[in-house]
Amino acid sequence: MEFAELIKTPRADNVVLHRPFHAAVEGTLCLTGHHLIFSSRRDDNAEELWLLHSNIDSSEKRFVGSLGTIVIKCKDLRIIQLDIPGMEECLNIASSIEALSTLDSVTLLYPFFYRPMFDILEDGWSSFLPDQEFELLSSMTDEWRLSCINRDFSVCPSYPPVVIVPKSINDDELRKVATFRHGSRFPVLSYYHKKNGMVMMRSSQPLTGTNWRRCKEDEKLVNATLRAGKRGYIIDTRSLNVAQQARAKGGGFEQEAHYPQWRRIHKSIERFNILQESLIKLVEACNDQSHNMDRWLSKLEASNWLTHVKEILTTACLAAQCIDREGASVLVHGTEGTDSTLQVTSLAQIILDPRCRTIQGFEALVVREWLQAGHPFQQRCAQSAYSNSKQKWEAPVFLLFLDCVWQILRQFPCSFEFNQQFLIMLFEHAYASQFGTFLGNNENERAKLKLPQKTMSLWSWVNRTEELKKFQNPLFEANNLVIWPSVAPQSLQLWEGVFLRWNRPSKYLDEAQEEMVNIINYNKELQAKVNVLRRSLAELEAGTRMHQHM
Amino acid sequence: FPPLAVFQVENVKLLDRYANRKAANGTLYLTATHLIYVDASAEVRKETWILHHHICSVEKLPLSTAGYPLLIHCKNFHVAHFVLGQERECHDVFTSLLKLSQPVKPEDLYAFSYNPKMSKENREIGWKIIDLKLDYQRMGIPNDYWEITDLNKDYEVCSTYPPEIVVPRAATKAVVMGSSKFRSRGRIPVLSYFSKENNAALCRCSQPLAGFSARCPEDERMLQAIREANPGSPFMYVVDTRPKLNAMANRAAGKGYENEDNYENIRFKFIGIENIHVMRNSLQKLLEVCEMKSPSMSDFLTGLENSGWLRHIKAVMDAGLFLAKAVREEKASVLVHCSDGWDRTAQVCSLAGLLLDPFYRTFKGFMVLIEKEWIAMGHKFSHRCGHLDGDPKEVSPVFTQFVECVWQLMQQFPCSFEFNERFLLEIHDHVYSCQFGNFLGTCHKEREDLKIFEKTHSLWPFLLERKQELRNPLYKGFTAYKELQPNTLPFSFQFWCGMYNRFDKGMHPKQCVLDHLLSCRSQRVKLEEDASELENKLPFLDGPLPSELPSFPKAGHAASKALDTPEDYGGGAPPVLSNGTPLGAGGAAVDQEHQENLCPHSQDLGDSMELLECAGKDGNAQHQ
Repeated sequence: MEFAELIKTPRADNVVLHRPFHAAVEGTLCLTGHHLIFSSRRDDNAEELWLLHSNIDSSEKRFVGSLGTIVIKCKDLRIIQLDIPGMEECLNIASSIEALSTLDSVTLLYPFFYRPMFDILEDGWSSFLPDQEFELLSSMTDEWRLSCINRDFSVCPSYPPVVIVPKSINDDELRKVATFRHGSRFPVLSYYHKKNGMVMMRSSQPLTGTNWRRCKEDEKLVNATLRAGKRGYIIDTRSLNVAQQARAKGGGFEQEAHYPQWRRIHKSIERFNILQESLIKLVEACNDQSHNMDRWLSKLEASNWLTHVKEILTTACLAAQCIDREGASVLVHGTEGTDSTLQVTSLAQIILDPRCRTIQGFEALVVREWLQAGHPFQQRCAQSAYSNSKQKWEAPVFLLFLDCVWQILRQFPCSFEFNQQFLIMLFEHAYASQFGTFLGNNENERAKLKLPQKTMSLWSWVNRTEELKKFQNPLFEANNLVIWPSVAPQSLQLWEGVFLRWNRPSKYLDEAQEEMVNIINYNKELQAKVNVLRRSLAELEAGTRMHQHM
Repeated sequence: FPPLAVFQVENVKLLDRYANRKAANGTLYLTATHLIYVDASAEVRKETWILHHHICSVEKLPLSTAGYPLLIHCKNFHVAHFVLGQERECHDVFTSLLKLSQPVKPEDLYAFSYNPKMSKENREIGWKIIDLKLDYQRMGIPNDYWEITDLNKDYEVCSTYPPEIVVPRAATKAVVMGSSKFRSRGRIPVLSYFSKENNAALCRCSQPLAGFSARCPEDERMLQAIREANPGSPFMYVVDTRPKLNAMANRAAGKGYENEDNYENIRFKFIGIENIHVMRNSLQKLLEVCEMKSPSMSDFLTGLENSGWLRHIKAVMDAGLFLAKAVREEKASVLVHCSDGWDRTAQVCSLAGLLLDPFYRTFKGFMVLIEKEWIAMGHKFSHRCGHLDGDPKEVSPVFTQFVECVWQLMQQFPCSFEFNERFLLEIHDHVYSCQFGNFLGTCHKEREDLKIFEKTHSLWPFLLERKQELRNPLYKGFTAYKELQPNTLPFSFQFWCGMYNRFDKGMHPKQCVLDHLLSCRSQRVKLEEDASELENKLPFLDGPLPSELPSFPKAGHAASKALDTPEDYGGGAPPVLSNGTPLGAGGAAVDQEHQENLCPHSQDLGDSMELLECAGKDGNAQHQ
């Protein structure tokens, strides 16, 4: 398909762009296969806006006489408006935008066309390989092995080619376990807690069904992670009720009788459309500036967004507590093990493992626990808060995870190497990007799309010094402790950096951030100066002494 | 036992409201001024001090398995849940606390016995640190239109106003006296803030005794004089901060509001801030939400909404912003009142001042603002804070709301205040503590009668001495921001966990950016000293230079070029003291010297005279 077929009017003049907190500007609008480009023609202050078509969540057109207006709502929650003179031009542009922002073939998306303008120092596609993770694990314990059972994705289509499993379980046994778990997602290692050797595993629900089917190999695998005489915890991210209902559909949960060494705890983390609706309601509330205080608070409450944040954080804390405080191993799963399960396992690691609070470590966590673990990004992030198509697969699962990380970051402002900009950047790229990292729903699809060969990795770009600078937290002081966030409602806040970002100017908050960086950097420079002075003084004194001795 | 004797109870448990930690076990002491609990079960000695004056209620709860519970609520939102072993002990503590926390006579207030071992002279100087005349001078008053008059020196105009008030020059004594008869409790229109740049004035008063038809020519002339004192504007605003319905109801009682037909060129406007009773109930509901045991997010947000608290905060902020905009943008003078003009009027006038003038966002300026708009103008702290055993219906969190509005502004403008959140909490604490004389009584006359200025200490020097810990490290200086235009959309207001759940440490961020930045600041002072000491040492050394040295001066030069102007990184130039030293540097050095002496209730303020002088100088520099 040629993009040109979709673009009948590639260019329009005298277009007026309206953005939040900016004066309206007049300029030229250009459409390309992947971008909407607006450029003002004022010489003094030429402004350009480049918007990826894939960032457009929805667009509406309306007319007053022959003046057309297109309102574009983006996946990053921004809303812009274009006034386009000429009915035909406007109609053409509107239909192009509509068509180009809803391309159904992944390979037509920008990452397949994007050519980087920067030097690639390190290919992000090979920055976080399972072998490296396993090497790290091997230095701590020899009870685990890398299994290549899924090399050609034949055992579990949503798992990566290699997974870490207990050494005592062989590949034949794994195959049997895979048949007993939803989507073949057999229990694999998610996290090893160095401090006490306890582990966190994740999987999907067991297929016990109504007649309590059991699988010896599954029991063996799960039990293989326990120390002699120790008990473990199974954290089911569904309420008992929901888990019971799942049995009717062939799913289920681990029955005490068959897993006597495990205690099961049910938590209730919402899924799919409930989360999607929550996001839609929240953004609607944030965007409506006509609300009075009561209406705002009641809309904020009714969106349930913060309830979800609290629920997810609470469950993650529970998992972390079992591991660190109770000294027990944990298995986490919900239904598919691709959504709430990953929220819990990844957040628990942020609480427990200082490495995950560094930039590299957090990237590794996103790769390991989200991308390789098979969170279906392409389905979940197909639409954002302005979607009107009520498709079943969209859900802000990853955004909720990032929000939870932000909440912890807010409570431990000195314990993270990155700042909230880093989290916002990940949110943006998960929904629309020039990089291939978040394309596809799992490693299998990514391999088929040949993403590593045909697209650029987000990490290749982010991990360059110039970019990293923007994401560094000046307050960071490496902290090897477990960090326990408070989940009291008073401790949780609306993530203004994402949800109010386009609704109010951030000048004064940005200035404060800048001032903070200045204060800290000034001290660092001063310290360096004192060190230099001290050294030269010592050298001078040494020199003088030598001179006197001569 | 005599109420002032120290007595103690052993084996008292202190429950932690949120964490399911084991309850602390220790000893409870009652002194003349404090309840002190010493936790014996903790590894490190942990003490909880509660000032008797801070206690707002003591409840005996039903016997539990642990013993006899005693629940104490404090005015600074501290909630302490003790469990005593014996019923008798519990009852004794209960009755003593009731007595101790609700003194009947003003002489029993802590301020009259508080002795920080300060010399008489220093105590007197302490009272003079804040001089309202200086603030009027700063605004350029007296000038052609406004004068400071002592018409009220014998409290003939108004018993709740200070002896000196600022009125239009054009208002004769007859006009003033006549107007005072027509205003509730004689609280005539007086100047609150004057905008030098455009002559617009912010004035305040109480409601007129207009009833359904009454008029008063002197009052009408008074308003005319205020309007004409701002020749640039053809009209003035008259703002009634009450909801219209309340104001109308007042007309039936012979009070009410200005009839636009009777006053020339006024624009009358209602703003709709609720009265003290609504505010009291709202806070009560808010506190119930804050005290809920493990509420869900939904419980909390619904409770927050139903309390109406943030709605009231927004109303006050909106009103303050309206006044500031009228003065700054429309260049119009504004006369504000509510009913008596000492609650809502104080809130909105002080807030407008804060929005308009960066001086009020400094340490000294904020003190001036509170002295001027609240203390001098007769906000009834004693009644509103329930200092003495009295009518509970008079108690209302009017000042708390003002403090919260300031905090909300700090959230939106993190670099524009010289002080930090702790400074606000400190002031809020002392409004209730009765430890200092500033907030005792209800008006200037009463404070004179109580001999506050002879018998008690002023809070301000004690706070100025603690500048180091109360300052905002992000403050960009006096000149960085002029007026503030806060966003008052509902989402701009946050729940203030640091105030209403202040003592529930578990809910707060576990790492404090403020502490981190404050320590950066003291580190910086230390490093700068080190650097200059080392630099001084270097040239004095003689002898042959080590071979590496030639490379050094280059590096050193580059570094010092960037570093020798410590105040430069923030952008705008900092205010400079008259002797040319940058304010930040000088102040920091002085604070540094006294750092060892700094403690919350300093025992030896007598030694710190230089500090007071310096603080005075510091303030003057900003006045000019």
